[in-house]
Amino acid sequence: MSPVLVLPIVLPFAVAAATLWFRDDPRRQNRMAILGSLLHLAACSLLFIRVVRGGMQTMQVGGWEAPFGITLAADHLSVVMIMVTAVLGLAVTIYSRAEIDEELLRSGYHPLLYILLGGVCGAFLTGDLFNLYVWFEVMLMASFGLLVLGREKRQFDGGVKYVMINLFATLLFIAGVGLLYGMTGTLNLADLHLAVQEVDNQALLAAVAAIFMTAFGIKAGLFPLFFWLPASYHTPPAAVSAILAGLLTKVGVYALIRLFSLVFIFDVAYTHGLLLVAGVITMFTGVLGAAANNEFRRILSVHIISQVGYMVLGLALFTPLALAGAVFYLLHNMIVKANLFLISGLSARISGSFELKKLGGLYRDHRYVALLFFISAFSLAGFPPLSGFWAKLLLVRAGLETGAYWAAAAAVVVGLLTTYSMTKIWGEAFWKPSPERSESSEGKDPTGKPDMWMLLPISGLAGLTLIIGLVPGPFLEVAERAAHELTHPQIYVNAVLGGK
Amino acid sequence: MQSLILRTATRILVSMILVFSVYLLLRGHNATGGGFAAALVAGTGFSLYTMVEGSAAVRRGIRIDPRGLIAAGMAVALVSGLIGLFAGEPFLTGMWCTLSLFGGKEVALGTPLFFDMGVFAIVLGMILTLILSLEEN
Repeated sequence: MSPVLVLPIVLPFAVAAATLWFRDDPRRQNRMAILGSLLHLAACSLLFIRVVRGGMQTMQVGGWEAPFGITLAADHLSVVMIMVTAVLGLAVTIYSRAEIDEELLRSGYHPLLYILLGGVCGAFLTGDLFNLYVWFEVMLMASFGLLVLGREKRQFDGGVKYVMINLFATLLFIAGVGLLYGMTGTLNLADLHLAVQEVDNQALLAAVAAIFMTAFGIKAGLFPLFFWLPASYHTPPAAVSAILAGLLTKVGVYALIRLFSLVFIFDVAYTHGLLLVAGVITMFTGVLGAAANNEFRRILSVHIISQVGYMVLGLALFTPLALAGAVFYLLHNMIVKANLFLISGLSARISGSFELKKLGGLYRDHRYVALLFFISAFSLAGFPPLSGFWAKLLLVRAGLETGAYWAAAAAVVVGLLTTYSMTKIWGEAFWKPSPERSESSEGKDPTGKPDMWMLLPISGLAGLTLIIGLVPGPFLEVAERAAHELTHPQIYVNAVLGGK
Repeated sequence: MQSLILRTATRILVSMILVFSVYLLLRGHNATGGGFAAALVAGTGFSLYTMVEGSAAVRRGIRIDPRGLIAAGMAVALVSGLIGLFAGEPFLTGMWCTLSLFGGKEVALGTPLFFDMGVFAIVLGMILTLILSLEEN
């Protein structure tokens, strides 16, 4: 019953309201947004500490007892996710100060960004299926707004694809919610865990599970429903790409993990077997698609898909170790992926393009930027001792332990292929001598030197990646605790439904 | 649009629609209605007025920028939720106080009403932003 649980959701909306009120004063907006994201980080840390020290926290919104009202529930998985969300929120807000021009600020950049952050935190903290749907809608609308804010033609092109396929996903989601409610008469996740066990019609339940899998699969960019992602993520400003890439697909993964560890565990061989196949194919499709692209952000976007495959693989293996691996992978990947997008924006600012052909010479002229990219990119590829190495190691070990040798092998091979794409960016943008400047560089004029407001958040996130890589112990412990809770759903049920 | 019948009818209709929307807003706590529905109704009134008199007349009429209305609505809704927190209850808990009026009548005022007013402002602000920018482009 403490206010700590709602602050991570309420604060972003307060920032959104405040920045919307001062929409004609971009400088004040920037200051308010940075202050707001610091407060948000503080609120999330407070909740994080409370959960790590005292176990799961719950709150019955409006004082309506579960399972009738909406419950907010924070377990280790939730607080890890909102911590990363807050960190990314702060990094992107600082970065926006350099990248987002006054026109975008006037047309509502900050309000949309903060509504998105509030929606993401809401999705991570809610313990109610319908409420989760509402947060998905909030995120969808805010992210669509962010995608098309610049009013460019290619942004509308990508944005419309994005919004149509995602609307379809939410439609499936709400259909699934309706069916599930019809079968069980409850929407509270903890209560659903109990109610689902009493459903007689297992076939219908399996169908509903497949509907949810499809809905969240589209959101997460799972094979074969990922094509909207590379079509849209490279069109907005880099700060927007970064926040979308860091958060949105991961909310889909989070929802998959939550539902397929708490509600749909009636036939693990069937549901998680499907997820395993989808996850492995996703890993391969993403990494091969990335190899075929030649634009900085397009390579990164297609790579998101491949990384999502790893996380789903962790869920699909469904052992404590594999789930810990999935949580660790989420934690590592959200930071690294967002940072790579921020770096792509920085290098585009320096040399005026996102096209690898037009980039070059970054290593010679900007050693520090090259170092930051190196840390993030090779962490993504899984080089020891960077953070991605531990994440992949956990998953490979889990695969070997459960006897899913081909999945473990796939994880290793895809890791190698990831190195190929990252080396391509490294070779083209950083090693290669700088090409002759062409007149028609897209977007802003190249400035030739990195902006402090861009370097600061990128350095911070790269530092965080290094810390996770060099001192993985505490992060692993939190991931293991999260996995323990995920494999023992009665902890969640008891915390939400209390002594009933 | 230059139609005398439409113009004359709009004058009467818009005022009635707006009054009806306030009625919906107030009765929404225990009966059909509420902030969202009320704002949609009010939105139809304003769109009718925009069609007949143009967007400039609507902007003059509402005086504040619709986006400001959204911001204010969000603030009102958040604060009405936070009042419960300050009283030591969960977020969004309804807090009530009773006002005594003349003649022994009593009116119960509560945070759910303010929350609904916040929703009303947000939704109306969104609709107005949409209508006005569609009309002006």
